Amino acid sequence: MRFLILLLASLLALPAQAALNVFATVPEWGALAREIGGDKVDVFTATGGLQDPHHIQARPSLIARARNADLLVATGAELEIGWLPLLQRESGNPRIQTGQPGLFEAARQVAMKDVPTRLDRAEGDIHPGGNPHIQTDPRNILAVGAALTERMAQLAPADASAYRANWKAFSERWQAAIARWEKQAAPLRGVPVVVQHKAFPYLEDWLGLKEVAALEPKPGVEASVAYLGTLLGRVAGAAPKMVLVAAYQSPQAAEWFGREAKVPVVVVPFTVGGNERAKDLFGLFDDTIDRLVGALK
Amino acid sequence: MNRTSIAVLAASGLLASLPASAADADLNALRDEIRQIRESYEQRIAALEARLAQAENQAGAAERSAREATVAASQKPASEAAFNPGIYAILSGTYTRLSQDPRKYSIGGFVPAGDELGPPRRSFSVGESEIGLSANVDQLFRGQLTIALPPEGGGAEVEEAYIQTLGLGHGATLKAGRFLSGIGYLNGQHPHTWDFADAPLAYKAMLGGQLRNDGVQLKWLAPTDLMVELGAELASGGPFPSTDRNSNGVTVGTLSAHLGGDVGVSSNWRAGLSLLATSPRDRAYDDTNAAGADVTNAISGRSRTWVADFVWKWAPNGNPTERNLVLQSEYFYRHESGSLAYDVDGDNLAGDYASRQSGFYAQAVYQFMPRWRIGYRYDRLDSGTTSIGLVKNGLLSAADFPTLASYRPQRNSLMLDWSPTEFSRLRLQFARDQSRPDATDNQLWLQYIVSLGAHGAHRY
Repeated sequence: MRFLILLLASLLALPAQAALNVFATVPEWGALAREIGGDKVDVFTATGGLQDPHHIQARPSLIARARNADLLVATGAELEIGWLPLLQRESGNPRIQTGQPGLFEAARQVAMKDVPTRLDRAEGDIHPGGNPHIQTDPRNILAVGAALTERMAQLAPADASAYRANWKAFSERWQAAIARWEKQAAPLRGVPVVVQHKAFPYLEDWLGLKEVAALEPKPGVEASVAYLGTLLGRVAGAAPKMVLVAAYQSPQAAEWFGREAKVPVVVVPFTVGGNERAKDLFGLFDDTIDRLVGALK
Repeated sequence: MNRTSIAVLAASGLLASLPASAADADLNALRDEIRQIRESYEQRIAALEARLAQAENQAGAAERSAREATVAASQKPASEAAFNPGIYAILSGTYTRLSQDPRKYSIGGFVPAGDELGPPRRSFSVGESEIGLSANVDQLFRGQLTIALPPEGGGAEVEEAYIQTLGLGHGATLKAGRFLSGIGYLNGQHPHTWDFADAPLAYKAMLGGQLRNDGVQLKWLAPTDLMVELGAELASGGPFPSTDRNSNGVTVGTLSAHLGGDVGVSSNWRAGLSLLATSPRDRAYDDTNAAGADVTNAISGRSRTWVADFVWKWAPNGNPTERNLVLQSEYFYRHESGSLAYDVDGDNLAGDYASRQSGFYAQAVYQFMPRWRIGYRYDRLDSGTTSIGLVKNGLLSAADFPTLASYRPQRNSLMLDWSPTEFSRLRLQFARDQSRPDATDNQLWLQYIVSLGAHGAHRY
C-alpha cells in the first residue's frame, strides 16, 4: 500500500512538461545539448568520461531515463549497438524510436572515416558505418551542433529562438577556439604517433598527425606482449613521437610500449569528463592540445 | 524622305556651321565620355561572361555528380533482401564428465518439471543450436522469432515468436505470441547469456528450466528516475507448472514488479517480486509404488509460485571492461493444493494434496581481468513435507510416493570462463550436484558458446 501511495505521489510530482528532456548516450553530446539548450533543456548523460561507450549495459536507471526522454542524442554508427536498441525497446517511449525526430544520430552529420570495405568479425570490432569516434575533431562538433540545434528547435518550437541564439554565440566562440587550437597545434603537423585503439582518425586528420601503428592487433582485441614486441621492431623506423590512449581505456599496453620505445604516453581525456580539466567541450580540447603539444617537448 | 529626316539634315548642317573651335572641344569631351562608357561596359560584360562561365562549370560539375550519384544508386541492384531481418545463430558444444548417469537424473522431493532437466549426455555433445530473426515489422511493431534445433533431431522448436509494440506511449509495451515470461531475473534471458552452463536448480524444479508463455504481456514503466516496472501476463496453459486445459479462458497469469537504479557511479541494482498463478488439471508424473511397479499419478488444483529476485552489479567507475562483479540471487516459494490421483491407468484412487516448496540460488561472478571471469553458485531446494490425503487416510503408504518424499537438494558450482570477444566464450565448470537423494554427482563441463551474425543487445 505504501508503495502504491509513493508511486502515485511521484506521478503527481512530475513537472508539467517544462524543459526539453534530452537523453545523451555519451558525455560530448550531453555537453553540446547543454550549450545549445541552456536552462531550457534537461540533459541526462548515460555514460561518464571514464566508461567505454561500446560496453555499457541497458541498466535500470537508463531504462527509466529513456522512458521520459523527448530527444535521444546518440553517436550512432553502431557505437551503442550493444545497449541502445534494448533501451529503445524497453523504454516504451515512442518518441525515441528509430525514424522518429526524437532520435538524433550525430554520426549522420559528418563525413565518416575508416568505413570498412570488408565486413567480417575476424577483422575485430569494426563498425560498418565507419569509425564512430567523431568527437575528437572540433569541426565535427560544429557540424553536429548546427544540426542538433535545428532538431531541438523542431521539437520545442517555443524555445527555438533561444536555442538558435545560444548556438550562434557558442559557434562563434568555438570557431575562435578552433583557430587558437590550430595555431597552438601547428608543431604537431606530420608528427608520427602510435595509438592504442583506432579511436583517433578524426583527431589525426584535423591536426595532421601521422598514425604509424595501433597497439591493438584488431580493433577491440587486446595486444599480447609478443605482438607488442614485434610491433616495436616494425615501427622503429617510423620513429613515433608518442603513444595516444583514451582515458577510459587501460593504459597497460601503451605504458609497456612507451617504456620500451622510450616515447611518452599521452592519455587524452577523449570526451567531456575524461579528466579534471575536460569539464566542458572547451576544456576537453584545451587539455587535449596541451597534452599533445607538451609531449613533443 | 519624310519631314523628320529633313529636319535632322538641317540640324546637322546647322551644327557643321557652328564655330570650329567650340565644336572641337565639345566633340572631344563627348568622345571621351563615350569611350569611358564603352570601357566600363566592356569590363562589366567581361566580368559577367566570367561569372557565367564559372556558373556553367559548376552546373556541369553538379550535373556530373548528380549523374554519378544516380549511377551509384542504381548500381545497388533492386533486391528483396534489402529488408531482411537481423539474423543470428548461437552454436554451442560441451564435453561433460559425470560421475552419475545423466539419464537417471531427478531432483529429490520434486515432481519432475520436464524431460530435459539433467546434464547433457556424457562425453562430447552438441548443445541446442539457436537461430533468431528480428526486425521492425513497421512503425508500430517489432517481431522476433527464435528457433531451437535440438541435437538429437526431433524437429525444430519454436522458443520465441512474438510481436511487440514500438509506440504505445506512456511507458507501456504490449507483447503477444510466445515469449520468455518476465518473472524473476534469469527467466527473461536466453540460456546462452547465462553465467553458468546450466540453469539453477530452483529454475529446473519450479519452472522446468524456463517459463515460456503463449499469450500476451503488458509492461508499464513508471515515469520516475527510479526504475519501476510493472508487468502482467495472460497465457494459455501447457508448460510446467500448468497444463493444457483445452479451455477458452486463461490458464496462466503472472504479475511482476521490478525496481532498479544506480548507487553512485560504480554500482547498480535491480530487485523484483513476481507471482505465477495457474490451475493445473491432471498434471501427470511417473513414480514407482511400494511394490516396485511403475505408476502414473496426476495432480490437479491450484499452484502459486512467488519469485523474489535481486541483482547487484559493480564495476570501477562504472566501466566493466576491466573488472566487474555481479551478485545475484533468486528465491522461489511455491504453494500447491488440490487433489492427487494415484495410478490413473490402474487403481485410480484420489485424495487431497498440498505442498509448500521453496528454493533459492545465490551466485557471484567476478571478472578479475579483461576477458576472464570466475564464478561460484550455491543452489538449495526444500521440498517441505507434502501432505497426501491417500496416505493420511491409510489407503496407501508414503512408500507409494517416493518422488514426493521429503528432501533438500543442494549443489555447489564453480566456473571459469574466457571470452576472447563478446561473440565467443569458453567455459570450464565443476559442480557437486546433490539433487538425487541417494547419490552425489560430480560434474565437469567444458563448453563453448559462440554467436554469429546480427549483434544482439544484451539484457541487464
